[in-house]
Amino acid sequence: MSTLLRLATAGSVDDGKSTLVGRLLHDCKAILADQIAHVKTVSEARGGDFDFALLTDGLRAEREQGITIDVAYRYFATDKRSFILADCPGHVQYTRNTVTGASTADVVIILVDARHGVLEQTRRHLAVAGLLRVPHVVLAVNKIDLVGYDEAVFKGIAKDVAQLADQLGIADVQAVPVSALVGDNVVERSAATSWYDGPTLLEYLENASGRTDVSGQPLRFPVQYVIRPQTDDEYRDYRGYTGTVASGTVSVGDQVVVLPAGRRTSIAGIDRPVVGATATAVAERPSAVAGEAVTVRLADDIDVARGSVIVAADASPGTRRELSATVCWLSDRPLTVGARLLIKHTTTTAQAIVTRIDGALDLDTLGVIDAAGLDLNDIGKVQLKIAAPLAADPYARNTITGSFLLIDAHDGWTLAAGMIDEAEGEPL
Amino acid sequence: MRVAHVTATIGTEPAITTVSNLDALESESIFVFREVAAEFERPVILFSGGKDSIVMLHLARKAFAPAGVPFTLLHVDTGHNFPEVLAYRDETVAALGLRLEVASVEDYLADGRLRERSDGTRNPLQTVPLLDAINGHKFDAVFGGGRRDEERARAKERIFSLRDEFGQWDPRNQRPELWSLYNGKHRPGEHVRVFPLSNWTELDVWNYISREEIPLPSIYYAHERDVFERDGMLLAVGPYSQPRDGEEVGRRVVRYRTVGDMSCTGAVASTAASPAEVVVEVAASELTERGATRADDRVSEAAMEDRKREGYF
Repeated sequence: MSTLLRLATAGSVDDGKSTLVGRLLHDCKAILADQIAHVKTVSEARGGDFDFALLTDGLRAEREQGITIDVAYRYFATDKRSFILADCPGHVQYTRNTVTGASTADVVIILVDARHGVLEQTRRHLAVAGLLRVPHVVLAVNKIDLVGYDEAVFKGIAKDVAQLADQLGIADVQAVPVSALVGDNVVERSAATSWYDGPTLLEYLENASGRTDVSGQPLRFPVQYVIRPQTDDEYRDYRGYTGTVASGTVSVGDQVVVLPAGRRTSIAGIDRPVVGATATAVAERPSAVAGEAVTVRLADDIDVARGSVIVAADASPGTRRELSATVCWLSDRPLTVGARLLIKHTTTTAQAIVTRIDGALDLDTLGVIDAAGLDLNDIGKVQLKIAAPLAADPYARNTITGSFLLIDAHDGWTLAAGMIDEAEGEPL
Repeated sequence: MRVAHVTATIGTEPAITTVSNLDALESESIFVFREVAAEFERPVILFSGGKDSIVMLHLARKAFAPAGVPFTLLHVDTGHNFPEVLAYRDETVAALGLRLEVASVEDYLADGRLRERSDGTRNPLQTVPLLDAINGHKFDAVFGGGRRDEERARAKERIFSLRDEFGQWDPRNQRPELWSLYNGKHRPGEHVRVFPLSNWTELDVWNYISREEIPLPSIYYAHERDVFERDGMLLAVGPYSQPRDGEEVGRRVVRYRTVGDMSCTGAVASTAASPAEVVVEVAASELTERGATRADDRVSEAAMEDRKREGYF
């Protein structure tokens, strides 16, 4: 199990996310004296009690309006493990930031106000967590103190969410009754919820498994950059292909295929940098696993460049110029059929045309309904035609070779997060 | 914000980031350097001779070994730097055969493009020379050593952060940043600030310095210095910072947690003389790095955000 866990928070406005995060950090003693002094000063100047939200809401506009506008990243640790927490906004206008935070998360904490139960934003956030295949979801039923610590209220909300999670294919949901303001079941177990025998929020986080280990899956190695020192020394003829292993393990001697060309070769060497005070060199190593940034050399002198993907010879995904995908539309410029965009997929950026919109997700029924276009925050199914062949896998099997961005070619704005569906149609 | 939660038990080692975490952080940072090298025309590394920019340069060297670093360095020199740090900067540049551009606040003061502030601090004055250098050299990607754990406005930064043609940051309208698909597209005149150390904490940086045996300017380790206390900080007696009436000068054993403008960067009382000793000290510190050492962040509730909006790094 990895000792590092990545978390993201999600919830509607005023559900108390910032307060929960502030409470979590405070009770984990991750807030230092000067930060506490700062919050005290500002809270007192405003004539109020210690405001935990001020620990995380760092922007002027956030403090003025009392809402979180953009993701803030926090770092804390307990004796058991360290955490990177993406504190995401709840306002519907900023859903794109929730998608941002959740895309790298091992755990998404979804807050629900115990007085209000499941809202549209709860459904949206659950749908996002499901689509992004976040391994674990924690439902924090917050403000449980304001409903008199009523077990029936908690159980009702937990049951509603479990049903939704089931429909969305989310396997693991843990519901925890909390009061961020008072501190119930965040770090300290609450005496007021004696009917609850599950973990506190922190206990859950300390024991949750991290991301699925993908080092046992077929090799995928997108090439980022080619290194050719062309110096007069021992590296005169050096030609290394740099990248981060997306999945699987790469070892010297492995048979591989370089896509999109489809040329077969083998791994001649794997290099690790050795950096001294003044010199740089490389040392050889036998293998590298998913997540490691390395440099590989190939046995044959074939055409390899940024955008190439080195894959296991016996488990190649092939390439495709047509994709069926689910997209989260993150822009207020609507998507229509025929739109010409850029797609960024691993290290390839290419032109793309939207050939079909198959429908949008209806948050009420969680079914797909007909849609002529996609608007801000819509989740839809689309077909894309790509100007270059992509070495792509379904997102369900590989989150790196299965994900992409859609980008506005004119101003570079990121329009959508895309996840490739299970293959429909033939790979080319 | 520190990363380690230290148990109160005396005599036990503080919780320290594991090597596997450092390897993960290193790989993520190297990935970022390679993306920028591949996708931008004219990237530059902001290099001050401070520990974060030193670690950043070390990672850049790893990303392209055995070839050299394919980036220029840029230092925005306030004219109030520690001499040890400037010496380190120049030695490093010479030893690695790198190109260094210097944007000098002093030049701007000399010809009247900038005026000295009444409080004497020059940190905020760096913004104009920085933006002029970016425009003048047509730099399109600017690496900064900023970390999200440093400060609450920095906690909001993307790893790739777009700046408009005026160098402005709009924290309310940042591009979504998904997975490790970094979008560096920008229009002419715009540039992207890139923060490869975003996910590192002060403790991670020190653990890495210790593990990799990265040399640093001597002021990061305990030494004797004449200091006086102001606003709870120990300021060095020097050409840019003099005690006022009632501020007593004393010789103390101190070190610096950050380096910057001498007039507003405080020292901390410390006997830590090696990276390993600094790791232990940082893990147990009750103050954040900037809270302990930076006077200019205390100016207002959102001092860093305001500077960053204008183009500060």
